[in-house]
Amino acid sequence: METQPTAARSGAAFAPRAGVALALWSLLALSLLPHALDALGQGFYIGFASRVLVYALAASSLNLVIGNAGMLSFGHAAFLGTGAYCAALLWTGGTTSAWILWPAAMCVAALAALVIGAISLRTRGVYFIMITLAFAQMLYYVVVSLKVWGGDDGINLGARPRLGLAPGFALDLADEFNWYYLCLGILALALWLSGRLAASRFGRVIAAQRENEIRAEAIGFPVYRYKLILFVIAGAAAGLAGALLAAQNGFVSPKLMHWTQSGSLMVMVILGGVGHRYAGVLGAGLLLGLEEILSAYTLHWAFWVGLTLLGVVLFAPRGIAGLFSREAAGR
Amino acid sequence: MSAARGPGNALLELQGLAKHFGGVAATDGVSLAVRAGEILALIGPNGAGKTTLVAQISGLLRPDDGLIRFEGADITRAAVHMRVRLGLARAFQITSIFRGFTVLENLALAVQARSGTSLSFWRPAASEAALQDEARHYARLAGLAGSETRIAGALAHGEQRQLEVGLALATRPKLVLLDEPMAGLGPEESARMIELIESLRTQTTVLLVEHDMDAVFRLADRIAVLVRGRIIADDVPAAIRAHTEVIRAYLGEEAAS
Amino acid sequence: MTGILIIEQTLNGLQFGLMLFLLAAGLTLVFGIMDMINLAHGSLYMLGAYLMASLAAATGSFLLGLVLAVLATGAIGAVLEFMLLRRLYERDHLSQVLATFALILIANESVRMLWGPQQMMLNAPAALAGPVELLPGMPYPAYRLAVIAVGLVVAAALYLLVTRTRMGMRVRAGASNREMAQAMGVDIRRLFTVVFAIGAMLCAVAGAMLGPLLAVQIGMGEEILILAFVVIVIGGIGSIRGALVGALLVGMADTAGRAFLPILFRAFLPPEYASGIGPGLASIMIYLIMAGVLFWKPQGLFPARG
Repeated sequence: METQPTAARSGAAFAPRAGVALALWSLLALSLLPHALDALGQGFYIGFASRVLVYALAASSLNLVIGNAGMLSFGHAAFLGTGAYCAALLWTGGTTSAWILWPAAMCVAALAALVIGAISLRTRGVYFIMITLAFAQMLYYVVVSLKVWGGDDGINLGARPRLGLAPGFALDLADEFNWYYLCLGILALALWLSGRLAASRFGRVIAAQRENEIRAEAIGFPVYRYKLILFVIAGAAAGLAGALLAAQNGFVSPKLMHWTQSGSLMVMVILGGVGHRYAGVLGAGLLLGLEEILSAYTLHWAFWVGLTLLGVVLFAPRGIAGLFSREAAGR
Repeated sequence: MSAARGPGNALLELQGLAKHFGGVAATDGVSLAVRAGEILALIGPNGAGKTTLVAQISGLLRPDDGLIRFEGADITRAAVHMRVRLGLARAFQITSIFRGFTVLENLALAVQARSGTSLSFWRPAASEAALQDEARHYARLAGLAGSETRIAGALAHGEQRQLEVGLALATRPKLVLLDEPMAGLGPEESARMIELIESLRTQTTVLLVEHDMDAVFRLADRIAVLVRGRIIADDVPAAIRAHTEVIRAYLGEEAAS
Repeated sequence: MTGILIIEQTLNGLQFGLMLFLLAAGLTLVFGIMDMINLAHGSLYMLGAYLMASLAAATGSFLLGLVLAVLATGAIGAVLEFMLLRRLYERDHLSQVLATFALILIANESVRMLWGPQQMMLNAPAALAGPVELLPGMPYPAYRLAVIAVGLVVAAALYLLVTRTRMGMRVRAGASNREMAQAMGVDIRRLFTVVFAIGAMLCAVAGAMLGPLLAVQIGMGEEILILAFVVIVIGGIGSIRGALVGALLVGMADTAGRAFLPILFRAFLPPEYASGIGPGLASIMIYLIMAGVLFWKPQGLFPARG
């Protein structure tokens, strides 16, 4: 009947100390990972780990939309692909500086999210799922049909962009260690920012409209506008992930925008535990890790990935994060 | 909040509000004025069009015809959130609160909606002392002091109704539209709710839609009767009470035919 | 010349539209009655096509192969519904997406294990291999006419089933109001296994009939699944009539776009661009139609619920 002390609760609302400690330990462990892999003679996996980090960024951006805002977007690959193609086209046009390529990718992806969101957010529920899917597919077919952009084959980039840090000094991104730490830094920064965002005034409105949209409107919030802003932020982050993916792989292809790509990102978020702050990271790590491990043993790894996902739906309905914490459950 | 209270000083004015659903008129030309500072009760039998009228006033439904003025400005087509910003807030008949949030978080949101920008992405809202203090003030006002850190969804029904009204009040409305605040309350909870509404008398204008006639006659300065989408009487409680026989006869006749 | 082309493309559009309808009919009922997103619907289509290719080869008869493939796919659908999908009806859309996405992976990989990674060959029956002269100077493949005929017959049978039988009445009641149907004493669970099995059989018919025209390969379900979703969103979720109208609309638009847009673009673009842009734009057009319909009629053309 009586309530818990106010201090504990208001503290828990945005930054539980245990959570901070866990996050820092995880960051430390991830920082040591490439050296550990190298020492074990598994240096090959550093590239894989970087790929997981980039997908973690993409899935985390989708988690903002699905988890924080409760909007079931089935077209997130549109922004991943837009960012990747933007970077690739600038690259083939002769731009090599990451300081231009990546912000440009974010801006163009944000613009795409603004247009798509402005129309899609007028619909609800299943119709929102379908209309976001439709827009992503439209972009997919645009890219497939434009032979000047490589059509089905995509675009080969060959090398990674140049990241100048000081006059006359650039970080060598071809080095897998450097690339890994760059991806880790960007992901950590993005997660930290999204944590701040969730606890901010803006984040509270987003959470409130997820909980009860009509009430949020009825205490004076122009909910549509807030949802659109969040959608654009998430689109920009996905665009950055796309540009990183283009650099990581050295090529882009329309597959990045296909609906199954949107589906994979969604699966990562659900697998990680919708609404949990690290759902995107956990989900990307699990899904890609599972693929990587199983494909070492069997040609038919996708079969076992499918079975595992099915098992998660049936036996761990709140995702992996839900198994360990109550945060995902309450939210 | 405390606008001038001269008689005839209409804060909210409805002119000929009409809404049809497939040929059936839910409201059929409702005209009504709510004066600043009063508690006006709107009563009427089930199906009289109260719900439709409330939805039109709060902006969830667009009227087919007619005009809504608030402080003289035409708000007939204004969005829900714009009306709230102008000072026209509502409490829902079916409790509509943020169930997963604490009482304080609920109220802080309503305070946040009208104070400062919500396009702030950095500073934790929970660390804003002013926001929290004001939210606490409204928790006390709504009779929820001591329950601030409880999760709203876990409150008793009566407390949830109080929070519902508290949410509307925390927007600091010039006029608050209370849609059946007594719905489903036990005698003790009803008494507390009546006390809460009574305490608003000095602070804001109230449009009270209510079935509970005890509450209506204890609280209302004026009572309007809505039947079949039309206002058939609008007077002080004593006159309506005297009228009641007539109205009942009228209603009986309607029902009989 | 252009007249013949137009007739030809209209027939092609009709044929594709009818096959889309077969896919969409089951999907719209599952979606409408159980509010269930089933991404694995396309996998049943793929299974139907593979089973058809194997069974037709094994029996040496197209018709026998068709019947067996349809029955087998129906049985698979019923088992799937009974074992797994019914656990998902009460869950949120996210869980349904995750589970049925998993089913796609499992189905694709199972097909790869059983049939290997290559495309399957499936030939039209010899009797229908040649062209028929529809009008003087206008030959049209006999097999495509057969596909249209099968599509029309199945669509008519489905129409009778839904409008004239007791089961159909229950299905319609369920699509417009699930709670009421339950209150009326309809055993939704059993009804639904049956509906799902019929949906799977319709998938198999479409997969089998389209097999000789399109490639029978892994992943064939994913493309057409999204088209089927577009169809039911245009038509109104839960509405069979809407699915028919939406399917014909999408089938016609897609076919016409592919056929005529390149011609249109060749007028003012170099051919190497025009040929690439045509099919892409045809696909884009379909999504534009859907966005347009949702904009003007957010519940689709024939809303099943009041």
